Amino acid sequence: MTIEPSFAEASARERARAILDAGTFRELLDPFARVASPHLAAQGLVAQSDDGVVVARGALAGVDAVAIATEGRFLGGSIGEVGGAKIAGALELAARDLRAGRAFRPVLLIDSGGIRVQEANLALLALAEIHDAILACERYAPVVALIGGRVGAYGGMAIATALCRTIAMSEGARYGLNGPEVVEEEAGIAELDSRDRPRIWRISGGRARVAQGVAQMLVEDTHAACRAAVLAAFGDVEARV
Amino acid sequence: METLTYERSGGTPVARRAHVGVVASGDLELLLEPADTGLRVRVATTAGGYGETWRAVFDRFFAREPIAASIEINDFGATPAVVALRLEQALEAAR
Repeated sequence: MTIEPSFAEASARERARAILDAGTFRELLDPFARVASPHLAAQGLVAQSDDGVVVARGALAGVDAVAIATEGRFLGGSIGEVGGAKIAGALELAARDLRAGRAFRPVLLIDSGGIRVQEANLALLALAEIHDAILACERYAPVVALIGGRVGAYGGMAIATALCRTIAMSEGARYGLNGPEVVEEEAGIAELDSRDRPRIWRISGGRARVAQGVAQMLVEDTHAACRAAVLAAFGDVEARV
Repeated sequence: METLTYERSGGTPVARRAHVGVVASGDLELLLEPADTGLRVRVATTAGGYGETWRAVFDRFFAREPIAASIEINDFGATPAVVALRLEQALEAAR
């Protein structure tokens, strides 16, 4: 018996590779390009060489595609100036292709707590650019979001998710504007106890969000199921293994 | 945050570059690139004051695996065992 690899436990790079057609993954600005955050060292934090964002060109069912994945384990998958620019730039190029009439499939593989507070306004600006670029793509073709990580999609990245045509979630993923701890801090423990995990998942977990109609697809936490869901969201059906 | 460097002469060049790990709690990111001769390691770590421990891990590892390479480590508090495992993993990927 073999255990299928968990999508939630995979790195951002492994996720992008798992979604794209086999053998087509080609990363842009990979770790060796060393396009890291220039703001973290000054705050005593160690930067990651890809700033926690993986942008990979490839194909989805033979159609040109870009898979954009955030690394939830690095600073909560937060979006800083550099990582945000990587996402916005990739989506702006996607919009340019779509506007020119070329078939193109942008996919967001989200695991992010939202903006990186350490990068303040620069991160907010980057998120505004991401939102703008998603809307630019959506005028011509669908953008698909898949929330399949341990962090979920919160803050500015929850807004980015909401702008996408189709949202797929795994059962363990969460999706909401404010995280449970923020809600507790702002509205009091009577509103939400951030340690009450079953309650948090009953409100913002994958199964709940699909039942509420906030997300459209509930996916199993495997590479194959996540890829099949993304293809189905673009209207393609792949035979399940 | 602290930056450390470690150097050794000689060694056998690695075949290709490799990237492993993530800058997450108790873990590190490691970038390994071929060099013609000698070993040069640069460590950026959030946990300051462990220079001697890093040196001991590198001494032991590279005595067993004398490679010529350039290594960059971005560390978020990985323990010596995790450091050794990530080095092993990168070397395996670079062979």
